[in-house]
Amino acid sequence: MAEAKSAKPLPRVDEESKGFWEACRRHELYLQRCRDCGRFRYYPRALCPQCLSDRTDWVLSSGRGSVYTYTVTYQNQAPGFRESLPYVLAYVELDQGVRLLTNIVGCAPEQVSIGMPVQVVFDDLTPEIALPKFQPAEG
Amino acid sequence: MSLAQSAVIAGVYEHPTRWAPEKTAYQIHAESARGALADAGLTIKDVDGYLTAGVSPLGVMTLAEHLDLNPRYLDSTQIGGSSFVAHVSHAAAAIAAGLCEVALITYGSRASSERFAVGTGGQSPNDPPDQFEAPYGPTLIGAYAMCAQRHMHEFGTTAEQLAEIAVTTRRHAALNPVAKFRDPITVDDVLASRVVSSPLHLLDCCIITDGGGAVVVTSAERGRDLKKRPVRILGAAEALCHTSSGVRDLTAMAAKQSGPRAMAMAGVAHSDIDMCMLYDSFTITVLATLENLGFCRKGEGGAFVQNGRIGLGGALPINTDGGGLSSNHPGMRGIFLVIEAVKQLRGECGPRQVNNCRIALCHGTGGMLGLRHSGATLVLASA
Ligand SMILES: [Zn+2]
Repeated sequence: MAEAKSAKPLPRVDEESKGFWEACRRHELYLQRCRDCGRFRYYPRALCPQCLSDRTDWVLSSGRGSVYTYTVTYQNQAPGFRESLPYVLAYVELDQGVRLLTNIVGCAPEQVSIGMPVQVVFDDLTPEIALPKFQPAEG
Repeated sequence: MSLAQSAVIAGVYEHPTRWAPEKTAYQIHAESARGALADAGLTIKDVDGYLTAGVSPLGVMTLAEHLDLNPRYLDSTQIGGSSFVAHVSHAAAAIAAGLCEVALITYGSRASSERFAVGTGGQSPNDPPDQFEAPYGPTLIGAYAMCAQRHMHEFGTTAEQLAEIAVTTRRHAALNPVAKFRDPITVDDVLASRVVSSPLHLLDCCIITDGGGAVVVTSAERGRDLKKRPVRILGAAEALCHTSSGVRDLTAMAAKQSGPRAMAMAGVAHSDIDMCMLYDSFTITVLATLENLGFCRKGEGGAFVQNGRIGLGGALPINTDGGGLSSNHPGMRGIFLVIEAVKQLRGECGPRQVNNCRIALCHGTGGMLGLRHSGATLVLASA
């Protein structure tokens, strides 16, 4: 494993999530959709929590969505984060309907608002791990 | 026989310490156990059921050893700060089932003297969902703050309305000699305090203290001739709320499920409840809990908490001890909800006593409101 570029925790990739993280490494955001009940889900896992089916499609997301809610974090004593204050923690609702916890980057924290259109960008933390984050969408 | 008819709360004790660097957490547990058993008129040798959480994953065993207990019923349910509210109903159910007769619940922590960053520490990437959360730097406060931000956006809830909860709670703390912070504060003070995680200010957040407490639950029969009049357990329920595969409403709480269930078991309506002890990790926790328990409609919490309604003398006094916002919060506050409710129902609260207090509701929230959290509701009544 290559050296991380900060003290922030890296995702601990497991058998259920490695498809997601492998796609992120290619800068592609994939979501799981149950082949039996048709529901999208996030975070990724082997079985559909609605119907427990293991028949899953990985669907390429446009990576576009909007800010469902957010907070500007001014205090976090954990290594890696205390050096990057203030930062924006947010839930982004993707066009497919699922919400994911993320950071809003590429703008000043005070410019973030609920409903703001955003698009995915990838933060290459290591050669293996690229973390999906979101920035204000163009146009 | 129903749970409500089977078990009672026979004794409670709140450790008065808020700063205890000279004690161990186990000592706080033991001193709290001694206090609650003395309150009930029982001895440690009477205890045959033991419940605790928060020390370590196997803490129930090491604490039982520390107290030299040999319980025939054990429970270490750990669902965050609400755990001890859940323990009361677990103890009552165990007693109703004949698994034990005198159940002791203890809590102790040195969060303050150990400088434990309760709300602003990092998250360790252990469980599967953590890999999708921890790298983004969520804090406990941040998770609640995202709920507050969404609540403001959807319903127009204001920072002033949230602050009103902190101000009211501080007013109650002034009447509690052991509360950590007793000086009055104003809405302006809350708004002028630094923002920890927007929109939550420092004074929207619970304090950090050392402390602990204990509760003794016993059979209704055994409770009849103990030292204090027993407090009846009318209803209880638990629930969980999580991100529901990425589609959860962040203004919905586990309280929405556990509240109505506990009240239905108790056979009480909202208008029957004389006071509430609501987990107040943050001001938004209280506001959202009032809505989700159904004391007002969703989105109306901001108006509900204004004009003195939740203060002593108001229609629904809450957190009369000063709560986690001003009295004490050693990390997991659920046990204090039960202790203060019991004291109110026994009429022992002196200047902060709620007049004619017959029925009290406790609701604990554990975990993180914006991520995974638990809810545990208890409806208690005076004998
Ligand atoms: Zn399915």
